[in-house]
Amino acid sequence: MSALGIGYDAHVAALREGRSGIGQIELIETDGLNIAIAAEAKGYVATEHFNRNELTLRDRVTQMALTAAGEAVTASGIEISDELAMRTATVIGTSMGGQHTQDDNYRLIYRDGKQRVHPFTVPKLMANAPASWISMEHGLKGPAWSVSTACASSNHAIGQAFHMIRSGMADAAVTGGAESGLTYGVLKAWEGLRVMSKDTCRPFSKTRTGMVQGEGAAILVLEDLETAKARGANILGEIVGFGMTADANDIVQPSLDGAARAMSAALSDAQINVSEIAYINAHGTATAANDKTECAAIRDVFGDHADRLMVSSTKSMHGHCIGAAGALEMVATLSALGSGIVPPTVNFEEPDPDCDLDVVPNEAREADIPCAVSNSFAFGGLNAVLVARRFDG
Amino acid sequence: MSDDIRQQVRVIVAEQAMIEVSEVSPESTMEDLGLDSLGLVEIVFAIEEEFGVSVPYNANEPNSEEFDISTIKAVEDGVIKLVAEKV
Repeated sequence: MSALGIGYDAHVAALREGRSGIGQIELIETDGLNIAIAAEAKGYVATEHFNRNELTLRDRVTQMALTAAGEAVTASGIEISDELAMRTATVIGTSMGGQHTQDDNYRLIYRDGKQRVHPFTVPKLMANAPASWISMEHGLKGPAWSVSTACASSNHAIGQAFHMIRSGMADAAVTGGAESGLTYGVLKAWEGLRVMSKDTCRPFSKTRTGMVQGEGAAILVLEDLETAKARGANILGEIVGFGMTADANDIVQPSLDGAARAMSAALSDAQINVSEIAYINAHGTATAANDKTECAAIRDVFGDHADRLMVSSTKSMHGHCIGAAGALEMVATLSALGSGIVPPTVNFEEPDPDCDLDVVPNEAREADIPCAVSNSFAFGGLNAVLVARRFDG
Repeated sequence: MSDDIRQQVRVIVAEQAMIEVSEVSPESTMEDLGLDSLGLVEIVFAIEEEFGVSVPYNANEPNSEEFDISTIKAVEDGVIKLVAEKV
């Protein structure tokens, strides 16, 4: 779920149409904000999903995580027996946790001079709340934790869940990410960094003006391929590789070396040749620093094959959903693998010589995609890259 | 008035660059003073706080013509203009 809609079908349909979910913020008061656009999940109405008592204990980020997890578990058809429950992991990425709870309650005590906050403020705002609620809701009793690596949180989460299943530490995993940080305080913080766009998100375009914040959640159910085949599951694709590195360089500036090493590590983990990759769902934040570095890193890793790759940034449509970004982008990647339709980079106006790759401008494209890569490069120089393969039955 | 503003801008820049105010000359560039993009973002913040203005600076478009940061003099001129527009 994202600004593109609620549910897998809505998300994927918007990606294919090249429809951007970026617009004026309606969720909070924007008086005093210099930048009042975001990719807000306007289709999400909390009371359609949760009753009053449930909302008392669940921050918006948890609500989104639970809504996505509910759909994922149902769609997967997995039946969590008592035995499987013990062997199912819950690994959920979120960068900031319950920001609406934090913002609302800080306002009460610091601005309004209130003496007390709601008794459930701590369990609502803690960053592990989405993971805990998913485990409770679905009775998942295996390893469960949250991962916080800023913009790479959910790629790190999915990657660790994938490795747990491959190594036999778990038989199934519910994994992905959630973020709901469109609050006054968080948006002010981003404004301060001077990397936010006032018009829209234009990744790889010479006319780019910066990033646009988004919110949402995406959750996947992972299990061993043979198990999934044996039970006749609706298999979206096969995750085959994961690589992670640290730049060890700068707290905000990305590094070509760190990004390239993460892609190489993921390809090596996948044990596939670079020529099998047809599509990269880029990190593509539409900041000058990211886009140029990411394109250079792709050239570094893929060499001549870089000119045969399609590289798009779906952040141009669902915004930068921070801790949910990698999971939403893995959904976009799996959908591209399954359908052979590559989501575009929308809002594209003019090629940037420093980003001279096929960025699939503005319109989705049909293509043969045997394998794809999804990049996430976080502030703090923490990189996580996933490789997925089409499931051909 | 404008000389005061120039001096205040130099104080802000010097503090960020960790040098003496006398070492900040009108022709200096941010690079000359050892300031990177993060240092520049902090200078813009300090200017906004000091003068009560909003500086149209986006780190994605550092060379945008909206606010010239090519030299210290250009920054001073920009701040003088913003302060004049405020009144």
